[in-house]
Amino acid sequence: MQYLLPSLRLWAVTLLVCVAGYTALVLGFAQSVVPDRANGSIIMAQGKPIGSALVAQDFTSPRYIWPRPSAADYNGMGAAGSNLSPTSPKLAARAAEAVARYGAKPANPVPADLVAASGGGLDPHISLAGALYQAKRVAQARGLSDASVRALIERHAFAPGGAFAPDPIVNVLELNLALGRLER
Amino acid sequence: MLASILTITLIIGGTALLSWPLGRYMAALFSGRFARADRLFTHAVGGAGRQDWTAYALALAAFNAVMFGFTFALLATQHLLPLNPDGQSAASLDLVFNTAASFTTNTNLQHYSGESTWSYLAQLAALMWLQFVSAATGIAALAALARGIAGKPDMGNFFIDVQRAAFGLLLPMALVLAALLALTGVPMTLAGAAHVTTLEGTAQTIARGPVAAFVAIKQLGSNGGGFFGPNSTHPLENPDFWSNLLQMSAIILIPMACVWMFGRMIGRPRHAGVIFGVMLALLLVKVTAAAAFEQAPTQAFADLAVTQDVGNLEGKELRLGAATGPLWAVLTTATSNGSVGAMHDSLNPLTGLVPMAGMWLNETFGGAGVGMINMFLYIALAVFVAGMMVGRTPEYLGHRIEGREMRLVVLALISHPLLILGGTALFAATPWGTDMLNNGGAHGFSEILYEFSSAAANNGSGFEGLGDSTVPWNIATGLVMLIARFLPIIVPLAIVGSLMAKRRSAESAGTLSVEGPTFGVMLLITILIFGALTFFPAAALGPIAEHTALMR
Repeated sequence: MQYLLPSLRLWAVTLLVCVAGYTALVLGFAQSVVPDRANGSIIMAQGKPIGSALVAQDFTSPRYIWPRPSAADYNGMGAAGSNLSPTSPKLAARAAEAVARYGAKPANPVPADLVAASGGGLDPHISLAGALYQAKRVAQARGLSDASVRALIERHAFAPGGAFAPDPIVNVLELNLALGRLER
Repeated sequence: MLASILTITLIIGGTALLSWPLGRYMAALFSGRFARADRLFTHAVGGAGRQDWTAYALALAAFNAVMFGFTFALLATQHLLPLNPDGQSAASLDLVFNTAASFTTNTNLQHYSGESTWSYLAQLAALMWLQFVSAATGIAALAALARGIAGKPDMGNFFIDVQRAAFGLLLPMALVLAALLALTGVPMTLAGAAHVTTLEGTAQTIARGPVAAFVAIKQLGSNGGGFFGPNSTHPLENPDFWSNLLQMSAIILIPMACVWMFGRMIGRPRHAGVIFGVMLALLLVKVTAAAAFEQAPTQAFADLAVTQDVGNLEGKELRLGAATGPLWAVLTTATSNGSVGAMHDSLNPLTGLVPMAGMWLNETFGGAGVGMINMFLYIALAVFVAGMMVGRTPEYLGHRIEGREMRLVVLALISHPLLILGGTALFAATPWGTDMLNNGGAHGFSEILYEFSSAAANNGSGFEGLGDSTVPWNIATGLVMLIARFLPIIVPLAIVGSLMAKRRSAESAGTLSVEGPTFGVMLLITILIFGALTFFPAAALGPIAEHTALMR
């Protein structure tokens, strides 16, 4: 009893300050300073939400650049990785399917990020090499020149962490939106 | 490679520099330097007398019982309560028990995916609340331990210490970090999931919520429990390279500062320097090993037409940079954090061994407060062994370490391998474990070994392929987490309580110095022999067997 009463008072005061007060402050800051980001970086097209800039969505048509494989099937409510060991035969089988999908041959191997599933299954990026690898297919499907698609991809590439993470990547959804604009 | 070295240097070096002033501040905070705040804290709990070790431990136990009880009740009734925009239904009671135990013990082992299990109220008022107060409990216990060793007549007052840690330390830091994370794109909203129609015309539902507030305290308090299932690999929980840097630094900042705080509170900053050096040395060895092992490309792609020039990419996110997978895996298990920036189950076999070793040692900085407490046990052991070797009465800073203290030290140290190896043996031999594996062979054994290591180290990361949301797993790991949390907090308090009752002798030229490199080496050897060798046979059956048999 000697310890229970102060424990209950501590419960009340920490709940009030660390949950109610803290949440309200962070919520107020985020919603007033960066409202778009605070609501999930949703991208609108013709007044309708078509996805989040930060969340991968599936693309299967040859007209689009394809994202990385997703162990969660691009489910925004059930993100997950494959959790397969790098030595797993299941992983080798899954990778062989991806290689076949891209029609990769030993002379023209596919970049690893297009074959390896991401941690959360929602990685919105692919490597610059992975995007360029798909440029020919997309250009053919859309009746565009190879060079114009490659140039567009190059323009969208960025180094995620400057000198600390220099390998260039591209955002798949933003790139596919830009491809639509290129055609028009 | 150069970029990876730069990243690693920036994070570990930068955070180590920040930890020094923070440790000074923490020592001042817990030495009662802020009298007005302390008066407020005393008023809040209705008076605060001085406590000896038993009173302090009882107060800690009482408050932690309230933490567990409230969380259990809230999680079990979330479907009846407000702030549930995505209509989460009732959770099973074994999962509720496991989750309440997990967050009360600062473990944050998650046998669920947050976005499809808990309401916003459950995430905020139960889980995020515990992320504050469980971390504060650990830091408070360290402050009490330090007062005892410093020769103070009492251990302070638990209820005041928790508020000092929660309001004076964690809250202001979490506010800053949450604001920065929100700027990078971590969502912070009470609106339910977003419904969109993708470019190809299919429907996609995108979970979101009050994520920024949750993630900030998850990292600062050695908690590690993610808002979303895949933790900080989820792009909304960790949107870019810079949010990733902030989070990795936040993982180790307070555990590092705890060492300096301890040193200042006992008046021996040089001793703290030796401890910090030993912890840092072990950390750097692990980081180097993990980064090197993860350079090996994904074995499963070796026979396919795949270009592999950036190491193993399975389970990794491109925006976080190549160093993140192994570095995060080491930092999160060197401390008792347990958040992940890449899927540990998909790490190369030997890389996966490194986080396991981190959890076996559990004090290469360790959890907020408790890491330094674990280290104290090894220090007592090292002092005792060194004393026996030179034939003198073992003394630590003038405190005589005798049979009674050593029995308690051994009890606390032995419980760790006992819980891990005992649990692993039981589940590896029964369908409880073997029916739930995602990977076959040695890697399947590793999944079980990792899960018990994580529970016993109060870590919370996992080889997440394991199907662990079953009644046996929920109950077994729930119990392991509770024992592994409170035994190594209360036993050290008892040890120091026992030291406080004895007369302290003056240190002389013949006393073992705990401030030089000799003691550092002695401590390092003690840790490696007692902490790591115990687990070598298990490591040989899991990751080492997988590596030698399957990696080419």
